[in-house]
Amino acid sequence: MKPARPLPVFVLPGVAALALLLAAVGSLFVGRVNVSPADLIDALFAPDLSLAGLVLTELRLPRAILAILVGAALGLSGAVLQGLLRNPLAEPGLLGVSGGAALGAVISIYFGLAASFPLATPLLGLAGAMAAGALTFAFGRGGTLTLILAGAAVSGLMGAFLALALNFAPSPYAAYEAGLWMLGSLSEKSWDHIGLAAPFILVGLALLSTLGRAVDALALGEIQALSLGVDLDRSRLVAVLGVGLAVGAATSVTGSIGFIGLVAPHLVRPFVGHQPSRTLLPSALLGATLLLIADVGTRLIHTNTELRLGVITSLIGAPVFFWLVMRLRKVAP
Amino acid sequence: MSRLSAQSLGVRRAGRAILEGVSFDLEDAMFVALVGANGAGKSTLLSVLAGLLKPDAGEVWIDGRPLAAIARRDLARRRAYLPQNPRAEWPISVERVVALGLTPHLPAFGGLPGGLEPRLTQAIAACDLADHRLQPATTLSGGELARAMLARALIGDPQVLIADEPTAGLDPRHALDTMSRLRGLAARGKLVIAAVHDLTLAARHASHLMALKGGRLAAFGPTAEVLSPELLRHVFEVEARVVGAGRETLVDYLGPAPGS
Repeated sequence: MKPARPLPVFVLPGVAALALLLAAVGSLFVGRVNVSPADLIDALFAPDLSLAGLVLTELRLPRAILAILVGAALGLSGAVLQGLLRNPLAEPGLLGVSGGAALGAVISIYFGLAASFPLATPLLGLAGAMAAGALTFAFGRGGTLTLILAGAAVSGLMGAFLALALNFAPSPYAAYEAGLWMLGSLSEKSWDHIGLAAPFILVGLALLSTLGRAVDALALGEIQALSLGVDLDRSRLVAVLGVGLAVGAATSVTGSIGFIGLVAPHLVRPFVGHQPSRTLLPSALLGATLLLIADVGTRLIHTNTELRLGVITSLIGAPVFFWLVMRLRKVAP
Repeated sequence: MSRLSAQSLGVRRAGRAILEGVSFDLEDAMFVALVGANGAGKSTLLSVLAGLLKPDAGEVWIDGRPLAAIARRDLARRRAYLPQNPRAEWPISVERVVALGLTPHLPAFGGLPGGLEPRLTQAIAACDLADHRLQPATTLSGGELARAMLARALIGDPQVLIADEPTAGLDPRHALDTMSRLRGLAARGKLVIAAVHDLTLAARHASHLMALKGGRLAAFGPTAEVLSPELLRHVFEVEARVVGAGRETLVDYLGPAPGS
């Protein structure tokens, strides 16, 4: 049997973009506030503000845009890291960036800064992510393995501080709120949050998307990539910077959201003949789509306490990962 | 002006000299077999020649310019390097693996320009891989993978090919096949430098022999002039017989050299 030719270059990004568009439009019509689709469409074209118009422009639209930005950041970061490190288990949290963001955000909740100034949480989260990324790069420069190990060390350190903060939480309520924040959510996010995170996420995405040639050449191993003229040190720096900005900003606004960055590249890979550069754009689009769908899920599933987004992505992501492992066992002896 | 020259190369690792005072000039159309005992510094020398490792002393010149003064993409177009036992880390197709050899010729974004498609087909055909074109490289046999990697190295049409033990792990037929391909390259005017362990194979195919011992150049010259029992005793510390000449040379090991 002749192996199938991979799909033409534009097919998968096209399909993924279409799915993203559908999910985005669909997500605008689903929510806790029951507004009929007809009212929403009317509100779109009405000159004066109505309840439906407010729901659309102040609640659902920012939520959808944030889901797209954050999902794309996670998907692209996962694809770049898996390609760069040639490790199918690499995920955006690997570099300690999301741990740093979580620590910064929890500190803002811990000291009650978030109560007086709502953007304190994302701002401190961003600072934490940058500090963690800088620390990882400072210790991990010079090699892939050292980068992975430095990332693990920084993640561990951030986790230790996080545990410390929870341990000495001023009140059970603060600990509860911090714990809840870490589970990840897109609810109660405003345009301010987007204004804060979007520039960082977009710059990060732009940086990461320049690494296509490098991750392709790295499919032959580091020595051959080097011999083909790829600047490995520069590629690693761009990757840490890009993941730091994109995932750091994303996590500091939404909290930790697992599995999207890990699973999206795996779902894409068979359709592009496993060529690392061709997983980048579809992984970003698929990550955004998956996060939109998961967020719609949190709105559709009615529970007393809000079902957090990070919980739903993990609940769906983990079984998908099991399935990937089973499939891998069949392919590889 | 030599194609590739080494000027008193030295590499030290943890206070120990891995290479010391290695100098030579290589010209087009040479097929140089680099021989030496394990740990003699063959891989290190090849890495330095390829510009992947900066020597602690001395300099490598390619086309009349020091390696350090050549941009990495420019260098990648001039020479190709094949490490020991190269492999693909993702199940990408043979076609994609071979096309990666064009990396230094491509712009930063986009797929393979249409104009390069015939070159890809030709490189795949030249290494007898047409039947495996769409097969994942991770499922190739050792001989097929060696041919795919050779095609990857040659598709960019580099003037210099540096290969570290290209016959390692290959059965006799595929080892012969690889050596005759390398000889064919030199016959077409390219400079080929390859570390080879099988001395009979080296003697029959290589135009020149370069021997390293303890990081120093023990001998370098046309194969027929250099290959001798004395050289083998000095470099490998074995008693050996060299029978025949040219394409019918046979190197026969008799035993360890006395006093070694």
